[in-house]
Amino acid sequence: MPNMSLKKNAMPSQNAAERSKNFREVALGYTEELAVSEAERCLHCKNMPCVKGCPVMVDIPGFIAKIKERDFEGAYNVISATSSLPAVCGRVCPQETQCEKYCVRGIKGEPVGIGRLERFAADYHNEHGAAAPERPVQNGINVAVIGSGPAGLTCAGDLARLGYDVTVFEALHLAGGVLSYGIPEFRLPKAIVNKEIETLKDLGVKIETDMVIGKVLSIEELVKEYGFKAVFIGTGAGLPKFMNIPGETLNGVFSANEFLTRINLMKAYKEDADTPIQRGKNVVVVGGGNVAMDAARCARRLGAQVTVVYRRTLKELPARAEEVEHAMEEGIEFKFLTNPVKINGDNNRRVSSITCLKMRLSEPDASGRARPVPVEGSEFDITADVVIMALGTSPNPLIKDTTEGLEVNGHGGIITDENGKTSVTAVYAGGDAVTGAATVILAMGAGKTAAAAIDRYIKGQAN
Amino acid sequence: MFEIVAVKKLNPTVTEMEINAPLVAKKAQAGQFVIVRAAKEGERIPLTVADYDREKGTVKIIFQIVGATTYLLNRLKEGDRLADFVGPLGNPTHTEGLKKVAVVGGGVGCAIAYPVAKKLHEQGATVHTVAGFRNKDLVILEDEFKKVSDKYVLVSDDGTAGKKGLVTDALKELIESGEQYDEVIAIGPVIMMKFVCALTKQYGIKTVVSMNPVMIDGTGMCGGCRLTVGGRVKFACVDGPDFDGHQVDFDEAMSRGGNYKEWERHKYEETCNLFKKESL
Repeated sequence: MPNMSLKKNAMPSQNAAERSKNFREVALGYTEELAVSEAERCLHCKNMPCVKGCPVMVDIPGFIAKIKERDFEGAYNVISATSSLPAVCGRVCPQETQCEKYCVRGIKGEPVGIGRLERFAADYHNEHGAAAPERPVQNGINVAVIGSGPAGLTCAGDLARLGYDVTVFEALHLAGGVLSYGIPEFRLPKAIVNKEIETLKDLGVKIETDMVIGKVLSIEELVKEYGFKAVFIGTGAGLPKFMNIPGETLNGVFSANEFLTRINLMKAYKEDADTPIQRGKNVVVVGGGNVAMDAARCARRLGAQVTVVYRRTLKELPARAEEVEHAMEEGIEFKFLTNPVKINGDNNRRVSSITCLKMRLSEPDASGRARPVPVEGSEFDITADVVIMALGTSPNPLIKDTTEGLEVNGHGGIITDENGKTSVTAVYAGGDAVTGAATVILAMGAGKTAAAAIDRYIKGQAN
Repeated sequence: MFEIVAVKKLNPTVTEMEINAPLVAKKAQAGQFVIVRAAKEGERIPLTVADYDREKGTVKIIFQIVGATTYLLNRLKEGDRLADFVGPLGNPTHTEGLKKVAVVGGGVGCAIAYPVAKKLHEQGATVHTVAGFRNKDLVILEDEFKKVSDKYVLVSDDGTAGKKGLVTDALKELIESGEQYDEVIAIGPVIMMKFVCALTKQYGIKTVVSMNPVMIDGTGMCGGCRLTVGGRVKFACVDGPDFDGHQVDFDEAMSRGGNYKEWERHKYEETCNLFKKESL
């Protein structure tokens, strides 16, 4: 008999007052009992609408059935058959717009907590130290993956499972891409990321850090001199955008990328870190996406009063509802319909305030969202000693600039067909490097599609 | 891992290290830089390539002990390994077509100016080098510069090495004496580059400077290295590090360079004290 409760089992979490002072994980995860009882809410629909909402097509009812039977390791095995990063997805996927959106239980009440159950199964597996996965039989064919973020790791994992000898090239000193430098510890503990990467290494994936492809080696060299039969570009969207308003080069103005990289990759939030971070008293974060929420919540944890300014309203905020809720609970203030026009500095060129305009919403723009227009004469100042620009990112041109014939669109995104094939033979791409900044799971989906296409391409060459 | 194959103290606070890094050595060119981490958990710092040997597969870096990271780097010996050594990053210095150039180096900036002078010399250009230091104890690369320069003018603030004076005095003298340069390449403290540019602007001589601001990744990701050039914001790591000196906002660059000064001093003292205690 299914559990007919209309609500998901609540996620045990650190309370807001406590967590806003530490970088430990906010959501603590389901206990076995909570997981089993949540699993019992699943109706096991024959047509599995949830699976259609998952970019990597995890067998959702299948793994939930295993949890129901208390075969937690079995549940993990079902997920990991299609997903390379279960513990990551369970934490950072926007399930509310994917699998859970299509859950029948969501028609009347809340959908099954699929993300929470996925996380539970992955954490169970990680904690109970199950044996390393069996190494697939190797076919001796080399494939290069550039970038070790969600797209690259997924592509690498899938190819390794098919027997390929995969080498992942990472520009930074640590693998993980945005999972390591971007998403903060309190949302995605780095131990989890490392664990997922170790699992891939157990599958035979090699990871070469400090390798800025396009600088250290070119794609042409990888193919011609190093014998890689195919290359996957999963280099993400790493270039920060700025507003191009006066005062953006004052001391105290950061891109969200810089602020988050200092904190997450370089551990600047720890007292003994070698990398400095400017701890503001009054921090203003400009932008409304998940990255803006991450930056705001990090600044809050470093002791600041934080204000998020966003030019549209709460309704249009692109960040996940859960992140916004968490941010608000942690005492972060939101100023909606507010757009900065200049940043003001003191005599030492340090930020002292930010001048904003009030906005009102007009007819929808090209993106389909209501276009914000300034209210004349509505200028006002917000006191600030740190301003963080979280306005989105665009793909890095390093590879485009050094790869002859690689076509990109007007936003710098690499042009591919639906299978991730680029304009250059044997070169595939996926994730933010193609689409511009999007989500972890969409990047994983693209990595997965490209892995299958690379496999078909190489097998086709052999015949 | 990147083994240190040779260490040479150039003066009490400046050290030269030769690092085994074949992939970097294969591609490195004058004007480019590397990102170095001395140890795991350490900070990432940008250092300009001082020289390279493609056959040996080694790259030289020259650094001044200014903070905790360079202090730790300076404690490493031959045979030790650096945690990370990434590069070559940034764009090489443009030297194509230059026939006569004044290369101006200030202090440890001479370490960056030297490979540029060498490259110019190798392509057959006439090179006049002006090297400035605070005093004679801080002079570096004198012999190396002399080998690749048609003229080498040494100046020091206190007159203990070469002529007493600033690099701008020496450069002005050369220009006034009738030397005609296609370009001046100035590399050193921001304040020095600012004044060299103010001087050359009067004479209408194109001047290129090498900027070395705060950065983390060195690939365009953090934007910490932003500077204003010709009224537009540029990233030193991918747009530079060389820029048209007459367009650079040096006052802003100086201010941005000092953003972490207090923190750095504190960290430096902390690190020094730690090692002093250990050696007691």
